[in-house]
Amino acid sequence: MSLGEQILQGDRRALARALTLVENDLPQADEVIREVFGHTGRAIVVGITGAPGVGKSTLVDRLAGYFLAQGRQVGILAVDPSSPFSGGALLGDRVRMEGRGSGVFMRSLAARGHLGGLARATPRAIQLLEAAGKDLILLETVGAGQSEVDVMGYADTTIVVVVPGLGDDVQAFKAGILEIGDVFVVNKADRPGADQTMRELRQMLSLGPRLPWQPPVLAAKAQTGEGIEEIAAAILQHKESTERNPEMLQRHAREAERFLREALADRLVADAVARAKAADKWESLVDDVARRRKDPAWAARELAEGEGLQ
Amino acid sequence: MTETKDRSSTRPIRVLIGKPGLDGHDRGAKVVARALRDAGMEVIYTGLHQTPEEIVEAALQEDVDVVGLSILSGAHNTLVPRVIELLRQQGMEDVQVMVGGIVPEEDAEQLRALGVVAVFGPGTETEEIVRFTRSCARGA
Repeated sequence: MSLGEQILQGDRRALARALTLVENDLPQADEVIREVFGHTGRAIVVGITGAPGVGKSTLVDRLAGYFLAQGRQVGILAVDPSSPFSGGALLGDRVRMEGRGSGVFMRSLAARGHLGGLARATPRAIQLLEAAGKDLILLETVGAGQSEVDVMGYADTTIVVVVPGLGDDVQAFKAGILEIGDVFVVNKADRPGADQTMRELRQMLSLGPRLPWQPPVLAAKAQTGEGIEEIAAAILQHKESTERNPEMLQRHAREAERFLREALADRLVADAVARAKAADKWESLVDDVARRRKDPAWAARELAEGEGLQ
Repeated sequence: MTETKDRSSTRPIRVLIGKPGLDGHDRGAKVVARALRDAGMEVIYTGLHQTPEEIVEAALQEDVDVVGLSILSGAHNTLVPRVIELLRQQGMEDVQVMVGGIVPEEDAEQLRALGVVAVFGPGTETEEIVRFTRSCARGA
């Protein structure tokens, strides 16, 4: 039986191995994805982002427990940064997870130098979890700053987690992650300043455009489980809302063109580089750019046209 | 057919560092995890008080090459064989198991006989652990 068939039958080891293939972008990854792609795109993907230490992992764990109890098949992808020096990574999100045995499938992904708060393999990892029957996927980003907004491109619903007392109210107006939330969670809500943080967030959101979906601001104490039910309800309401409102761009519509563009770019770049190398032109062009004899755009055009790429 | 995609040939070694059992001292485990990370490996740290079942399930989901067990409680003679048995049940014989902690030599001998590839006692240099992990990781 092929790896793809094993995944479709729910073999957890096959799923784990396929995740390694897509993480390492090995040739067999293309084959597995080709086999299972028709079975993907079915899960609700929930992105959870926010600064380091706001309680993303704990929130993910509690949501996983909640949805598991509701009879859902839950998958978790948790991304942590790779060291820019060694390339290694310490993937510690499991520390916050309560043992749920084989009921929840969780995979830690190292960002491996990919910017934007996620790993490059994220879309394919989501597809593999979907193929394995997961219908609710929690996607936890690296501890995000203000511009790690990739998650909104991959998730049906993006949850932005903040804690009380993270800077003054001006922070709330900054572009970036505060613009991408479909649901806002003020975690550790028993801390001083929680009410003010919630007020500021609501005020910021009230200044935005009137959309069919107004992002709720919810208080939570993930540690004790308070607020989890409300967050889960908001996720499902948001899902319904996007389905009811055709003007709200849905994940699959946004994704399809991007996936195709990215795959095409990968393919064309690799082909062009391989042909230039075969013709012994690659090294000299790289050298021309390094010595500032040609700018990269000119060199690329020369390659693309010279190599007959239409 | 020629290889058309520009693939990276370096595949990071993945290691799970877990603390089975009841002892609450994870300094050693953290030092080792850090050293392996600094050597370019991806280290999944599971934290304290894990059951052998939880450790093996995590190793399966994370598709690791090596499992490192840190045990200071003296319960290695029950915990380690259980982990190895569970790995076998899952068909994960290719995952290498290392043990770190306070293990008397005669026990270490027994653990090695069960298939543990290395037992590191107090005072082991992290460089030695890094070297050993690299050499026994599959596909490295």
